[in-house]
Amino acid sequence: MAKTIVPIGPYHPLQEEPEFFTLTVEGETVIDIDVKVGYNHRGIEKLSESKTFDQATFLVERICGICSTSHPYAHTRAVEDVISVEVPERAKFIRTIIAEGERIHSHLLWLGLAGHFLGYNTVYMWAWKLREEILDVMEILSGNRNNYAMFKPGGVRRDIKAEDIPVCLKKIDSIVPTLIMLKKAVIDDPVLHARTKGVGILSKEDAINYSALGPTSRASGVARDLRKDCPYGAYDKMQWDMIVTKNGDVFDKAVVRILETFESIKIVKYCLQNLPGGDIDLNLKSIPAGEGIGHIEAPRGETFHYVKTDGTNRPVRHKVRAPTFMNLPTYKATVVGQTISDATIILAAIDPCYCCTERMAVRNTKGKMLYNGEDLVRLSQEKTEKIRRKLGKKA
Amino acid sequence: MIYVVYLIVYGFLLTAVVGLVASWIDRKVTARVQYRVGPPILQPLIDIVKLLGKETLVPKGASKTAFLLAPLVGLGGVILVSTLLWLNNINTSNTFIGDLIVAVYLLTIPSISIIMGGFASANPLASIGASREMKLVLGYELPFVLAVFVPVIHSGFSIRLGDIIAFQAVNGAIVGSWSGALALIVVIMCVQAKLALVPFDVPEAETELAGGALIEYSGSGLAVYKLMKNMLLFTLPFFVMILFMGGFRLKGIQLLYSVLRYVGLVALITVIRNTNPRVRIDQAVRFFWGPMTIIAIVAVILAFKGL
Repeated sequence: MAKTIVPIGPYHPLQEEPEFFTLTVEGETVIDIDVKVGYNHRGIEKLSESKTFDQATFLVERICGICSTSHPYAHTRAVEDVISVEVPERAKFIRTIIAEGERIHSHLLWLGLAGHFLGYNTVYMWAWKLREEILDVMEILSGNRNNYAMFKPGGVRRDIKAEDIPVCLKKIDSIVPTLIMLKKAVIDDPVLHARTKGVGILSKEDAINYSALGPTSRASGVARDLRKDCPYGAYDKMQWDMIVTKNGDVFDKAVVRILETFESIKIVKYCLQNLPGGDIDLNLKSIPAGEGIGHIEAPRGETFHYVKTDGTNRPVRHKVRAPTFMNLPTYKATVVGQTISDATIILAAIDPCYCCTERMAVRNTKGKMLYNGEDLVRLSQEKTEKIRRKLGKKA
Repeated sequence: MIYVVYLIVYGFLLTAVVGLVASWIDRKVTARVQYRVGPPILQPLIDIVKLLGKETLVPKGASKTAFLLAPLVGLGGVILVSTLLWLNNINTSNTFIGDLIVAVYLLTIPSISIIMGGFASANPLASIGASREMKLVLGYELPFVLAVFVPVIHSGFSIRLGDIIAFQAVNGAIVGSWSGALALIVVIMCVQAKLALVPFDVPEAETELAGGALIEYSGSGLAVYKLMKNMLLFTLPFFVMILFMGGFRLKGIQLLYSVLRYVGLVALITVIRNTNPRVRIDQAVRFFWGPMTIIAIVAVILAFKGL
């Protein structure tokens, strides 16, 4: 049978970000996949070198709109790692509340989108309706529905007022019955089983070999969660369960995320009810020369930040690795051999976040690098110069 | 001359108006189920009028004639079959031998027009959409035709729509019998597939094929397709009502009952499409050739036994 190339992207209703998948198909079966990202490359790491540590926290918050807390969290932990300090207990609890609130809304967002990709728009609208309640809670706590701006190296920017806590608890409790109903609607639906069970299986070996992270790996039976493995924040202060399933198919990935939402609700409620007193900020004045790493369990997996400092108020090097960077290559194991209609949901099943993953290098087919960073800067300057001259002539 | 009036007034205008209202009901109910507000009642019409005013683009490499003709073929098919159904519904003596078979054939024309348009538009996603539509047609036609046998058997082996309506006016609706009820289930599933609604919207699958067979259509071509789909939302339930519920009666209190039945059918279609995810094309074909065909055969056997 003839091979056809089915393009998904760069602009496609399937996903909300620009990315390009080339599916090579025979009939309806996918026999190869190629992924291209980099359409929205913004040079965050380079930008960060020209910003102070406080400013960089806001900058990395804007890497991604959905996991907008995981990047500041990892970044502040990296900076704190340079000086090896522990933030105050109250700040830890507040950070945990914000991070888990983000996990709830991120998982609900994914659940809705997964429903949409399967043509199940009712689940889409319901999940996003529930998400609104969580966003309201976040707005009460931080003043923002997204991009909370709560983090700073050494603590948090904003305290949680005692009178806000009962309101938030009530709002969180109010979504639980509907969420349980939604969980049943998804987990018990026979047509959903037919569409997602046994589809896009990522075996445990593959999950380990590809170094899959977060729910993607936990659905394949790899019990790996930074919140348990090397606890940070307030995660070791309470009882909660790591959700691990065995099959690694799309259905299990959905189950892991839905059940994790309930665990997150448990954690947020515990933190709000048992918020300790005290300072929220260490008031760090300077960062000495050194290196630090910070990693946290974001909704999609481990977010990793590396910061190298030289004693000034700016980093010399700031390196970001988002979970999707590790989860993306698992497509080779999961998509190949499936049909096009399954490919779309498998592509969505890792909860990809391409804006976190944006990287750019131009290569020719022989594997020789055509441009590096400096070349691109030079090209950009040349172009600006050209435009300037053209404008000058006109004027 | 009288037939031209029928063609324009009943086949096109009335069907289009009822279809647009039905499409509004569908959209409004869907919106309310999903915590949304939903569109105003004129929105389906506004959509079509707006599309008619837009530029119609023909993609490079497409077969121009087939591409532009396909929507009209589909619309023509729907108008013809609606006229035929109305003719029989208004006066049962307006029938001819074999008009049921003509109606069944004409009801596949919209699907064929979509296949034609998809293949003509020279787009890989449209080709996949068209080939899926073809598989879907192959899937649902078998149980559909089998289920249509049931009213034929009940009404004494008549393949005239008028006779089937007249039979039901005397003996009560066919859906009241066991075989009729089973056949109705099959037919409703087939209608869902004919309308290309979830769970059988595989040919268009927005998130997989970005619109599938219709991806390259814009402006008036798309408007005609939209109008065709809205009209089908009337024609297909109307066909089901003629076969199983004694037609659309227009006199006295029966008119109210008929409207309620029709709205009930549309609401059922809407509920099905809102409580299911999309199936894969192979699952859809297996569903129609497996359980649906078996149910249809059982219905036919029951009908032979007079149940």
